[in-house]
Amino acid sequence: MNANQLAFIALGGLAFLGALGVVLIPNPVRAALALVVNFFVLGLLYFVLGSQMMGISQIMVYAGAIMVLFLFVIMMLKLDKKAEEVAPGDAWRKRFTWLIGAVIGGAIFGGVMLPLASITTRVNPPQNFGTPQAVGWSLFTTYVWPFEVISVLLLVGIVGSIMLAKRRF
Amino acid sequence: MVYDWLKGLQDGAINPLGISGPFLLALLKVLLLIIPILTLVPGLIWWERRLLSWMQDRIGPNRTGTITFPDNFPLKALAGKKIRTFGLLQPIADGLKLFLKEDITPSHVDRKIYFIAPAIALFPAFALGGTLPWGPHTGIYGLLTPVANIEIGILYVLAISSLGAYGVVLAGYASNNKYSLMGGLRASAQLISYELGMAMAVAAVVMAAGSMKLTSLVEAQEAPLWGFVEGVQNWFIFTPYGLVAAVVFLIAMIAETNRAPFDLPEAENELIAGYHTEYSSMKFAVFFMGEYAAMFVFSGVFAVLFLGGYNMMPFQWDVLANQIPAMRGFFEFMASANYWLAPLTFIVKCAAGITFFIWLRATLPRLRYDQLMNLGWKTLLPVGVANFIVVGLWVVLTKIWGPVGGFVSLLVAMVFLAVLYLNFVSRTRAEAIGLQSRKIALVDPAPSQRRGITLVDPNKS
Amino acid sequence: MQSELYTIPSIDWSLVMPFIVVVITGVIGLLIEMFRPKQNNNAIVLVSLAGLAGAFALLIPQLGVTTTTTFAGMVLRDQFGVLLQLIIVAGAFLSLIFSEPYMKQRRIAHGEFYPMALWATSGAMLMVSSDNLLMIFVGLEVLSIALYCLAGLARDEQRSEEAALKYFLLGAFASAFLLYGIAFVYGITGSTSLAVFMETLARAPGINDLTVLFAITLLLVGFGFKTALVPFHQWTPDVYQGAPTNVTAFMSAVSKVAAFGAFARVLEASLPVQEFWMPALIVITILTMTVGNLAALVQKDVKRALGYSSIAHAGYVMVALLAYLQDPAKGSLGTVITYLAIYTFMTIGSFAVLSLTAVNKSEGTRYQDLYGLWNRAPLAAGCLVLFMVSLVGVPPTAGFLGKFQIFQDAMGAGLPLLAIALAINSFVSAYYYLQIVRAVFVDEEGALRVQSAPMNAGLRFALVICAVGVMPILFAPILSQGKQTVTLSKMIESGAFLQRPVASVPLNPEPGEKVEQITPSAPLSTVTGN
Repeated sequence: MNANQLAFIALGGLAFLGALGVVLIPNPVRAALALVVNFFVLGLLYFVLGSQMMGISQIMVYAGAIMVLFLFVIMMLKLDKKAEEVAPGDAWRKRFTWLIGAVIGGAIFGGVMLPLASITTRVNPPQNFGTPQAVGWSLFTTYVWPFEVISVLLLVGIVGSIMLAKRRF
Repeated sequence: MVYDWLKGLQDGAINPLGISGPFLLALLKVLLLIIPILTLVPGLIWWERRLLSWMQDRIGPNRTGTITFPDNFPLKALAGKKIRTFGLLQPIADGLKLFLKEDITPSHVDRKIYFIAPAIALFPAFALGGTLPWGPHTGIYGLLTPVANIEIGILYVLAISSLGAYGVVLAGYASNNKYSLMGGLRASAQLISYELGMAMAVAAVVMAAGSMKLTSLVEAQEAPLWGFVEGVQNWFIFTPYGLVAAVVFLIAMIAETNRAPFDLPEAENELIAGYHTEYSSMKFAVFFMGEYAAMFVFSGVFAVLFLGGYNMMPFQWDVLANQIPAMRGFFEFMASANYWLAPLTFIVKCAAGITFFIWLRATLPRLRYDQLMNLGWKTLLPVGVANFIVVGLWVVLTKIWGPVGGFVSLLVAMVFLAVLYLNFVSRTRAEAIGLQSRKIALVDPAPSQRRGITLVDPNKS
Repeated sequence: MQSELYTIPSIDWSLVMPFIVVVITGVIGLLIEMFRPKQNNNAIVLVSLAGLAGAFALLIPQLGVTTTTTFAGMVLRDQFGVLLQLIIVAGAFLSLIFSEPYMKQRRIAHGEFYPMALWATSGAMLMVSSDNLLMIFVGLEVLSIALYCLAGLARDEQRSEEAALKYFLLGAFASAFLLYGIAFVYGITGSTSLAVFMETLARAPGINDLTVLFAITLLLVGFGFKTALVPFHQWTPDVYQGAPTNVTAFMSAVSKVAAFGAFARVLEASLPVQEFWMPALIVITILTMTVGNLAALVQKDVKRALGYSSIAHAGYVMVALLAYLQDPAKGSLGTVITYLAIYTFMTIGSFAVLSLTAVNKSEGTRYQDLYGLWNRAPLAAGCLVLFMVSLVGVPPTAGFLGKFQIFQDAMGAGLPLLAIALAINSFVSAYYYLQIVRAVFVDEEGALRVQSAPMNAGLRFALVICAVGVMPILFAPILSQGKQTVTLSKMIESGAFLQRPVASVPLNPEPGEKVEQITPSAPLSTVTGN
């Protein structure tokens, strides 16, 4: 086990704990914080994989911007007290949910993750891998069409939200 | 002998550190970054208070540390005299006071979050400097700075600074207090809004330099000015687009550090003290320290992006030495001085930035909330985007027409846009003023208007 | 400096021109909205319709053209895609043309409706004109997000708001499933291209079974939601009922066609592991038809009943699709396309007639609200009868032709169970369709109190086109055209897709070092050590 693997395991474990926290913590602000931890550590995981640009975008966009808005909304709505009350303990449903979650989680882990452990061939990434330059080049060559079409998606989002939120015309 | 040694250090021929492990080296780099920040923070506080009082025609803290010797003091030279320290010890006394005060934890707070919030606030302030180069990357400095010279250096700064919101937001939330919560909400809204303008300003510079690495950004500023004026460095603040970007970045940077006139999250007359109302003693001090450290580091980022980084003066000394052989010796001396004084230069630039922060605080009144949002979304962002497009245009045209042609077209484009924008602003402002200064007169009901309320336009009367 | 290492894709603009026309028309519409006189949307309507007509005109000459790709394989033009795009554009045109009078009656005449609808159309067009999951997903999101907003267009009404929120939450959930599935596909093949996915599956059908199973299941859930197959259908009646009628018409046609287009491509790509999903889909299809029709029987609201009917019809389309996938020689994508086209005309026509019930800000869509429509608006009532008859599948109409073709396909392809379920369901569905027909002719005392909006030119136009559209004679050529549709499997046989630039291009290999790369043609199984 080398340092890289150690780092990966440590960060992966932290990300996993964060993800668990999102699901299990009843207090919305703390759950959101767990999500922040998860996003942040995920960004670091990208670094471990050598994908700098992805990692920093993850931290900047998700941990830095989106989750701040999340917190903003949660705090604005003052959800903390109510949310704990409205989650009723329908025991059977809860147990059923746990069961399904465990089965799917186990299946993903056993069927998808474990076979990956047997991979022994080392695949070297290309030299420039993960740098802004490389990402930029592939964005503007191979992926230029999806990249441009995303702008329509953003336009739709903006116009739609204004349409729903503006005062009467 | 000493000269040779220095020369060797400068060329990178000698590695005096004797540290081989990457871990120890990283530790050393981090310490070299954190210790100056930590030690300079008390100095900054003293500087802020003294400068502010000077600007406001007050005296300020000038007593602490003054030693008065009694008349019968054994040393005759000192007897009856005073040693003045101009209040330099005041921040240390303040620090001691904060340490020793009772640490009150209000009973109604969300304890866990209440405790980690100050730590979270402090983290980005220190981590922010991780990619800042405080010296050239050749020779000895190359070993020591920056902590991580990564391709995405400037994005790292933006990412970490965006995490700065959490400390404030969580402190506001955990305090379980309306005013604190308002402060936290304001902080998050403000950070999100100004991050965009900041990112656009940075994007313009990145596009001009062609790299996101901070060392490459500084190197790009060591090129000839505007691409064709040999002998002068191309500090981005001297270029038209860089000037616009610098102004946008500066404003956004003040907003990001929650300093006056953008200190709405801690506005004491509206929100008591905003997010840190419920914090006392050391936890309060940590917030305080985080704010000052952030100011310091952001000034450094500004220096790296726009002020030529660690370069002392905007001259290409080696080019000048070749152009004016008569003064070769002087220029070469200046070049090596530029190299050896780089950390000092950098710190002086940071200090200048902080002085600017303080100056603004003494000059401008706090913005109203809607003004804050309007400035961020309706001024900085559009200006930043327009600037970004202009830089793109300039990059392309320089490739086609060469540096001179590119620069001329850049100037034309900027003047055109400026005229357009000012025209737009003057028109909308006229409308806005007309809208805001309407008064409601309760007398003189015009027959056509019901309920006796009439709108009077003061511009007409 | 690196440009030689990246292949800059060659671009054939004619492939994406219809899409660009639709998007730009939307932008122009939005600009007009800024400067139009108050509450007068006529200019926007005209521009939007002109743009859609232009896109239609640009698509027609592409009908016979050979299969090509552009933008580094992100855009695919084949017969299937072009035909579906034609249906989508026609459906959008028909649902926009009767919108303005209806929205005026309901006092929701937002000018933004038209640009949003156009952009939704463009998203639908993207979905059917690519075999790359990335593009399919982007198209799906453009379509869905526009529809979420449109469903909540009547902001003052709680039902509309509820519809928008339900659609948004469940839709976002389904998108997440779909995206997770795409991530699995990428994990298996190292590419988002469906052709590569199919290749990989065909070459090593057993590779990491569970991963493939997950990928396909998640994709199935995602598309199942968008096409409203039964376990994932709960949103449909609520959204169809709550959304403004013109939006419902748009949604029922455009969204369904696009989702089926993409779904067909995905299922075709996963043919090599047919045994995974075929039985499940057969059960789902039977459930879809049955539940849709049975639930429609007990509805008291026409819009809601039509919502359930759309679920049932999704089941019918699935039968055709499964018949094709089971046996491409017997079944045909032509049947799928034909049925989608017929369904588009039928459903938009029905909803167009329903839009007449909105009078003066309020709208009633219960059966009682249709009473005596025959006396007030004979043309609309006549058309409604025609559409209902066609939805049941009574012989002289196109609905019969489509269903008969599906029945034939299913029998031929060896799926008699589906064929029988289809037949039984058609009989069951007759009950509630004829109830709507009956409502139109009721001439009791109560009928006098029911009001309906006056007829208008746009509605008349839409109804006439839809009425012509359910004439069976039109669809004979499409059926024969569809038979020759070049599909993914044929492309792979001919090796056409292999000439395409591959999605991941080597970045900057060191000259001396031999760098092993995961390219899409080398699936995970070949990289593994053992």
